[in-house]
Amino acid sequence: MDIYLPIANLSVNALVIVLLGGGVGLLSGMLGVGGGFLTTPLLIVYGIPPTVAAASAASQVTGASVSGVFAHFRRDGVDTKMGGVLVAGGLLGSLAGGQVFRLLQATGQIDTVIAIIYVLLLGFIGSMMGREAIGAIRVSRGAAAPRARKRRHHPLVAALPFRTRFYRSGLYISPLAPLLLGFFIGILTILLGVGGGFILVPAMLYLLGMTTQVVVGTSLFQTLFVTAMATMVHATTTKAVDIVLAALLLLGSVAGAQVGARFAAKAKPEYLRLALAIIVLSLAVWIAIGLGWRPAEIYSVEAS
Amino acid sequence: MLGKAGLALLLAPLLIAAESKPVLVPDVSQRNVEIVYSFTGADLLLFGAILYPGGRLPDDDKPTDIVVVVKGPTQSILVREKEKLGGLIWVNAARLRYRSAPSFYAVASSRPIASLLDERTRAIYELGLDSLQLSPATSALDDRQDRFAHGLVDLKRRAGLYVEKPGAVEITDGVLYRAVVTIPARVPVGRFTAETFLVRDGHVLAVATRDIEIRKSGFERFVARSAERNAVLYGLVAVVLSVAFGWGAGLIARRF
Repeated sequence: MDIYLPIANLSVNALVIVLLGGGVGLLSGMLGVGGGFLTTPLLIVYGIPPTVAAASAASQVTGASVSGVFAHFRRDGVDTKMGGVLVAGGLLGSLAGGQVFRLLQATGQIDTVIAIIYVLLLGFIGSMMGREAIGAIRVSRGAAAPRARKRRHHPLVAALPFRTRFYRSGLYISPLAPLLLGFFIGILTILLGVGGGFILVPAMLYLLGMTTQVVVGTSLFQTLFVTAMATMVHATTTKAVDIVLAALLLLGSVAGAQVGARFAAKAKPEYLRLALAIIVLSLAVWIAIGLGWRPAEIYSVEAS
Repeated sequence: MLGKAGLALLLAPLLIAAESKPVLVPDVSQRNVEIVYSFTGADLLLFGAILYPGGRLPDDDKPTDIVVVVKGPTQSILVREKEKLGGLIWVNAARLRYRSAPSFYAVASSRPIASLLDERTRAIYELGLDSLQLSPATSALDDRQDRFAHGLVDLKRRAGLYVEKPGAVEITDGVLYRAVVTIPARVPVGRFTAETFLVRDGHVLAVATRDIEIRKSGFERFVARSAERNAVLYGLVAVVLSVAFGWGAGLIARRF
């Protein structure tokens, strides 16, 4: 069934988009990530202009994180103070990201920069996650558990001034650290159309040293607000949010996410993390190869 | 579209006032193309009649040819060329700006254009993909201009936005012609022109133009307009929509 996208100015097969959203939703429900890092590249491969893809994928991540946030609130799994600081940083970051986006667009290097950021981030996080998951699987198969790492924030974080208490996270640190972290994620949200959960969760654990129980809920809380802000920034600056495309993606992804969450309840978490690590790493390799390969199109056209 | 009686009525004064040169009476199957949700492109039928002076076909045996050009609104565009940087990755390097490149260009002719007109005439009337006047805004060396123009035309051709269809114009009994041009879904909206050229003996003898308006309609127009004019409200609706979707799915899932 073909449907015309009024902002992207082209006709797509609605079923393909819904299924794409569904597949990403399934993964996001199973693995607890927003899935924006998969949606944007897949949409571009399908022929959607990159700006429209990044702008519309953000709203899919908003939809994917809503039900998760509510679920975590019911379990008291959200540190709203920490979340608020992260969101504040994220909002500033998304505004700055809008400027960076325009600057890179003007020089024509936006696609290359996006690809390089993807390769670095996905490569780093994928290998970190993979190592951790393999370690956990070994332990579950009877290997001796390594001594538990003492939960501690990074020494750089400890050096920052204006310390304050974050009770739910069990931390007494400067709010500048989460503010900066949120700022950085906000920029990435605008540039890549991702929620940033796959960066935020490890950063909260290993940089800030937050209590594990509130990490996922707080990360989803931040993702919800910052992706919503990213949609607003795109709607007012690039004007590239295609509401029809977003609705199709949402339709598939929210359904997929619920199915995925049921799967996740039955599967072993360390295997899920290993699966996510493999997906993330192969995506990084794929994009890296794409950078060095002779592109299919040497020329590209944009309106000026 | 004109009825038969209407056509005869229209042709009558032309037949009487016929001069020494032939005249074209062109029409298109659709003056307005409306883009709605199910739009996947449109087939335009361009047809018309050739009126010869005195109503008689010329008695020499030189053939008459018809060239039909459909052009979309011109755009100012920037073309970028990728280059391998340090033998490692491909990045955008050189660029060239064009002030007025047609967003859509389709040319159909009864025979290959190169065999009908010389290069100069083709350039004057912009007939054929190698004769487009792209007017680069930045001055560049000739070979670089050629390279970019070639790259642009090649890209647009594969996207179905620049089309060359030699032999696609059908001429019946030397007086009626027809051609079908397909407008893909990817075209921008705006005023399109359908030009018809009558070619004989290496000369363009008559030109006639019809306008075609392509616009978004109904819901598509409403969405595109809202995004442009009420950006903040549009963004808010997008956010509310995504929250409602996610929340609704969560509610439904908890019931089961």
